[in-house]
Amino acid sequence: MFEDIYPEIYFYRRLVQAKLFIDSHFDESINLDAIADEAYFSKFHFIRIFKKIYRQTPHQYLTHVRLEKAKQLLQSNMPVGEICYACGFESIPSFTTLFRKTNGCTPSDYRHQQLRLKADRVSAPLKYIPACFAEKNGWKENSNF
Amino acid sequence: MFAILFTTKANTMITKINHVSIFVLDQDSAHDFYVNKLGFKVHTDVTMGPGSRWLTVCPPEQPDLEITLMAISEGMMFKKESAAVMRDLVSKGTFGFAVFECNDLLATYEELKAKGVVFTKPPTKEFYAFEALFKDDSGNWFSLGEKTPVDKKGH
Repeated sequence: MFEDIYPEIYFYRRLVQAKLFIDSHFDESINLDAIADEAYFSKFHFIRIFKKIYRQTPHQYLTHVRLEKAKQLLQSNMPVGEICYACGFESIPSFTTLFRKTNGCTPSDYRHQQLRLKADRVSAPLKYIPACFAEKNGWKENSNF
Repeated sequence: MFAILFTTKANTMITKINHVSIFVLDQDSAHDFYVNKLGFKVHTDVTMGPGSRWLTVCPPEQPDLEITLMAISEGMMFKKESAAVMRDLVSKGTFGFAVFECNDLLATYEELKAKGVVFTKPPTKEFYAFEALFKDDSGNWFSLGEKTPVDKKGH
């Protein structure tokens, strides 16, 4: 039986549930102590094994998830201020500073870059498709997409 | 002189792969599987006219490798008869398209299983690797291996 071969799988299941909890509750004020308790780990043990497996601490991972979600929402029309709170950040200045530190540009600049890229992909899609595939599908420069 | 010739020749060889294709039965469903379950990122998603869509995704740590989720439908690379045959073969699990890699196989296996991914082989220590096999929503199968050496975990 799989569990007999890998008895540590029970330990993995608890850890994965904690990670999935962060994935689905990133927009809330998450208490990492409570997650550790929920997963039956002491706080320090939880942080240590989380980092060993996911290469970052639970707090770093939570920040990563929030920033990735923010990048996703910045491709919509939602105002930057709303995105900040929707992703679980507590203030716009701290969100902007963290975003710039991680991505090298402000949330607004990122939004403009992404919108330009999106518009370009829609107006000139063949720039992004290898010519052999476009030709095979009959997609030509003067086609009306 | 020889060094110059060798260098020149070496530079003309294939250096990398930037596009691969996975043939899928339904692009909406494949988008959900590869993005929401596997955690891949959408690179390009554009409509190319009625019934045609160019959809590519990238593994999280390989933004320059585009995986084209190619719909098996008449007109998209396939004639009607070929599309029917190909759809049948894919749904029967004929094709294994890639070997994916993760940092920790047991953790990734548990997470993907929790997200509803179907594994046809649980993590198993083979002589060549510590690997598991899973299927995508169309029926294509993939190997999932661990980056670290097998013996490091003592399995």
